[in-house]
Amino acid sequence: MKNAYKNEMKLEFSSKSNNEAFARVTVAAFASQLDPTIEELADIKTAVSEAVTNSIIHGYEEKEGNIKIICKLSENSIEIEIIDNGKGIENIEEAKKPLYTSKPNLERSGMGFTIMESFMDEVHIESVVGLGTKITMKKVIKM
Amino acid sequence: MDVIYKKEDKLLRINITEEIDHHSVEKLRQKIDYEIEAHMPKEVIFDFKGVNFMDSAGIGMIIGRYKIISMLNGEVKLINVNRFVKKIFEMAGILKIIPIIEEEGVKKYEKCV
Repeated sequence: MKNAYKNEMKLEFSSKSNNEAFARVTVAAFASQLDPTIEELADIKTAVSEAVTNSIIHGYEEKEGNIKIICKLSENSIEIEIIDNGKGIENIEEAKKPLYTSKPNLERSGMGFTIMESFMDEVHIESVVGLGTKITMKKVIKM
Repeated sequence: MDVIYKKEDKLLRINITEEIDHHSVEKLRQKIDYEIEAHMPKEVIFDFKGVNFMDSAGIGMIIGRYKIISMLNGEVKLINVNRFVKKIFEMAGILKIIPIIEEEGVKKYEKCV
């Protein structure tokens, strides 16, 4: 299993909003080994930004916590896991709906999951209320 | 962020020069709302020339400003939107109500630079 991936990295940081840029830039820098197009890199950065922001706002409700990112590169794709130990998502189907937001007072657009799903090739959400959420996303880098 | 206000046309041009995400959007929102309140413009143009990155936080921010400006009977337009930022706006379907305009279309602005 260990040899199935070409390269792997792990990142862990506090759930602070100033780490949103840090997280997406770091993942993009790691992904650049696969020689993606500017378009593909922008898609990855945006999807990571959405997932990390969700962990900060919804998972930890802007309180202290840690967010972990695991990136795995294979020949022509990148798999990104974004994990928090926050409050979890009660209704995943509802959270995924475009324009749905559990915090309408925050001027959030409710487009986070829609963007992740359309910018990445695969998005899986696993969540346990009270334990946390893990988003697994995959992007195929076209040769 | 910097702003240019042209009094004769009640035109407020807001040049955004930072990446737009959940972190930066709060300060941006405050600064923009302050300018809107100070000038009560009839037209607001958001210039995205300096925006290299925007996620869905930008959608919420622009829709929020659109609501305020519409209440003042003002119009909102976007300019210099790169293809990555445009993709996000298109996904939210807001370009029908908040159009992207070309620089040539802003004659009023040319006089004030």
